[in-house]
Amino acid sequence: MTFTQEAVTIGLCVAGTMLTRFLPFALFSSKEKTPLYVQYLGKALPAAIFGILVVYCLKDTNIFEGTYGIPEFVSICLVVLTHLLKRQMLLSIFVGTACYMLLVQIVF
Amino acid sequence: MSETKTLSGHSDAKRKAFAAAFPYTIPIFAGFWFIGLAYGVYMNVSGFSFWYPMIMSMAIFGGSLEFVAVSMLLAPFAPLQTFVMALMIQSRHLFYGISMLSRYSGMGWKKPFLVFGLCDESFSINYTADIPKGVDKGWFFLFVTILNYCYWATGATIGGMIGSRIKFDTTGLNFVMTAMFVVILMEQLKKESQYYTVAIGIASALVCRVVFGANSFMLPTMLLTLILLTIFRSKIEEKVGLQ
Repeated sequence: MTFTQEAVTIGLCVAGTMLTRFLPFALFSSKEKTPLYVQYLGKALPAAIFGILVVYCLKDTNIFEGTYGIPEFVSICLVVLTHLLKRQMLLSIFVGTACYMLLVQIVF
Repeated sequence: MSETKTLSGHSDAKRKAFAAAFPYTIPIFAGFWFIGLAYGVYMNVSGFSFWYPMIMSMAIFGGSLEFVAVSMLLAPFAPLQTFVMALMIQSRHLFYGISMLSRYSGMGWKKPFLVFGLCDESFSINYTADIPKGVDKGWFFLFVTILNYCYWATGATIGGMIGSRIKFDTTGLNFVMTAMFVVILMEQLKKESQYYTVAIGIASALVCRVVFGANSFMLPTMLLTLILLTIFRSKIEEKVGLQ
């Protein structure tokens, strides 16, 4: 690849990304113009998205081989438990991550 | 006199917003530095100088696409394929934009940067965070977005500079992102009056992950989620209480 081709490739990645970020705001600039269906999606989507993002983080976990997803399962349970008990975001995240690192580095 | 008063009041509002925003970004600092460093190192060992991860992380600001872009830069020039790939990988941002339409309206000059920096993590925090009373929302959103942006750009740049020279065992640190999204999901569920939408999201993602594999299941997941949300619209609206 020449330098120009590299620049075009990177530029197209930027353009594609920015299109997906700016398009909703460009299409629905004011509330009156936003169709009810889109307003509905704006309220219904977030919970669905957060569920999808958790699955997305775990997409490379193989439950049939290797560690069978046990470190992920145990650590997520610990995150949920800690968060139910203390409800402190940073603490829950720290405890879960520390548990996961211990499991994959030392136990498995 | 009155001018100084306004000015100091203004900087006070900024300081308060920063103090409220920073703690939310700490896990993202850990995650972004880890993944950003890994990305920079990956570019370095693929034969690119640190300018590449630096400029790409600042201009694209989207982790998964930046990783894919490395292999695209190493392959023969294919502009159309590059553009379609970028759109597909980043398509989930459409969902973030639709969800943030009302929250980001009336943000004035801050809005272009807020939209530019609307990554998974900034969206998740800015959508769910309980912004304390008396803290300016616009500045809170802006600080979260700027901090996350800086973490990613510095991580990628430093990674590109050190290359594979430094080795320390950070295996498993990437789990910080998973843990964060689990917590954010729990916080969101506390606010929901129904569980249809989260069930639809998780079920769609799981089904599509099994059917389409780890590398190409996001677009089908989004389509399936949209279809199911549309089919069950009246049922969900009944519970959510929309007019």
